[in-house]
Amino acid sequence: MTDPTPSAVPSPVSSPVPSRHRLVAEGVTLGYADRTVVTDLDLALEPGRITCVVGANACGKSTVLRSMARLLRPRGGQVVLDGRDLHSMPTKQVARTLGLLPQSPVAPEGIVVADLVARGRHPHQGALARWTREDDEAVAEALQLTDTAGLADRAVDELSGGQRQRVWIAMALAQQTDLLLLDEPTTYLDVAHQVEVLDLLTDLNRARGTTIAMVLHDLNLAARYADRLVALRAGRLHAAGDPADVLTADVVREVFGMESQVVPDPVSGRPIVLPIGRHHVRPHLASGTGPGSGPEAGTELRVGAAAGS
Amino acid sequence: MITGVLAVLVVALHATSLMVGHTFYGPGEVWAVLRGGTVPGASFTVGELRLPRASMAVLTGIAFGLAGVTFQTMLRNPLASPDVIGISSGASAAAVVALVVLELSATTTSVVAILAALATALMIYALAFKDGVVGTRLILIGIGVAAMLDSVVAYVIVRAAQWDLQVAMRWLTGSLNNATREEVAPLAVAVLVAVPVLLSQARSLELLQHGDDSAASLGVPVERTRLLCITTAVVLIAFATAASGPIAFVAFLAGPIAARVVGPGGSLMVPAALVGALLVLGADLAGQFAFDARYPVGVVTGVLGAPYLVYLLIRTHRSGGSL
Repeated sequence: MTDPTPSAVPSPVSSPVPSRHRLVAEGVTLGYADRTVVTDLDLALEPGRITCVVGANACGKSTVLRSMARLLRPRGGQVVLDGRDLHSMPTKQVARTLGLLPQSPVAPEGIVVADLVARGRHPHQGALARWTREDDEAVAEALQLTDTAGLADRAVDELSGGQRQRVWIAMALAQQTDLLLLDEPTTYLDVAHQVEVLDLLTDLNRARGTTIAMVLHDLNLAARYADRLVALRAGRLHAAGDPADVLTADVVREVFGMESQVVPDPVSGRPIVLPIGRHHVRPHLASGTGPGSGPEAGTELRVGAAAGS
Repeated sequence: MITGVLAVLVVALHATSLMVGHTFYGPGEVWAVLRGGTVPGASFTVGELRLPRASMAVLTGIAFGLAGVTFQTMLRNPLASPDVIGISSGASAAAVVALVVLELSATTTSVVAILAALATALMIYALAFKDGVVGTRLILIGIGVAAMLDSVVAYVIVRAAQWDLQVAMRWLTGSLNNATREEVAPLAVAVLVAVPVLLSQARSLELLQHGDDSAASLGVPVERTRLLCITTAVVLIAFATAASGPIAFVAFLAGPIAARVVGPGGSLMVPAALVGALLVLGADLAGQFAFDARYPVGVVTGVLGAPYLVYLLIRTHRSGGSL
């Protein structure tokens, strides 16, 4: 909470009530088909804080998030929401407490923004699906918080990437959950839109006390916006804690196999990672050849990055 | 609003098909027959010939339309309708074998058709399954399975030389000729049971369009919803196919036409069911009276559907996408 960056939307005067809900992964082992992706991982989301999960491609970041959102049943261990096994709870009940923005949701052809955001109310509606004033208010608030009220009548597929992402977040906000999980919410956005989305989530965290956990690709943005940074390496928890403690050159080397220099960010005071590759590096730094910084390892990393996670 | 207009059109077209034919009967005479009165000539023509035929048209239309839009919505692809991916062909092949080769009764045939349609759906699903089911693979495998099963129908028809062309056409393209009251009853029951089940899933189906993860995070029990919808839609297809044959492309066309009519955002389930009924009623009327010769309804819907299938394939190809 030492982030000095002024937020775009004024925070409410009253101090937020932190989320009451606790979501904890207890020794979970996760995998798909014959592949184990995550082994024996413990992760508790601190209520009312922002947790960012980082790690190399295919380290299991998204898998952990999916399992904590009840989308993937653990092979071992369990995910616990407020003392109950998440996977034994009814889907709809979970959906009133826990929202997830997946990596690439699909908007049905031609749907307009207001209709899409309204779908976020589904977990709060009964079998007869009667629309209440409460639903109306939740949708209006979600549109306003995400600054998408002006787009309400536009078709989602006509919007720019940044606008579209705000609309999806609005849908998740209309769900009014205390916990919000996001899988790479800034992918495909330019830097200004990335910052805009992360500012919006910070506003939400501060105004409502929403517990937020997200997977982020960009280490520096993760360090800037996280209250708590979690680094995964090959399906195991490698380091977790305050970004200033977690993000060191050693951790970056161990997690990403890359040499770097970590310095304080003059803007935020948080750590910032400056990668040391094979080119465009001052001579006195280039000599450092730790594990994984040789030419072959460098090539390998680039191939891995191109393949996506 | 638009749904109301569609419903009125269905009723109007149904009434029209009761009145017109070789002999024209006015609304008064038709109404008298419907109320159980005896009108010379009309009692038989309207009550025993036209009423079962028109009712069958409405019921098969609803069944095909609703099952089609269910599949298309669930698999997020307009090509994924049960008549394109072979489920109708499965019901059709089983029904033709049951009726023509094994000489089973109409009711038993319906049961055989349902089991075959479910088995076909299961087979396509299993063949397409590899770390989850991808739409494109399922559609291509379905088209292959459809071709195989259609050849079974053709083989049985050719072997059973004593069967007349009417029967052959029914199993090759779908026809409402020879529709009787006895055949309408089981289909009516199936529609009455299946339609409410599918309509109750309409909202969950809409949310499934965002992708499984998004739907699940909004509280949709993804696997249960999918299983319930597939099974119910397959049952509808099977009953309708057992009654009238695989009326070509109605399941495929109803959803996209309904989407055009309704506009984006709204649920397509009810409109697609009504559009399906309109398609079958209209195509049957056209097939009977618009041309010199009388064509079975499936020929007319086939003429309408085939160009749209070609258009869809060209459009996806042009836009650089896969199926």
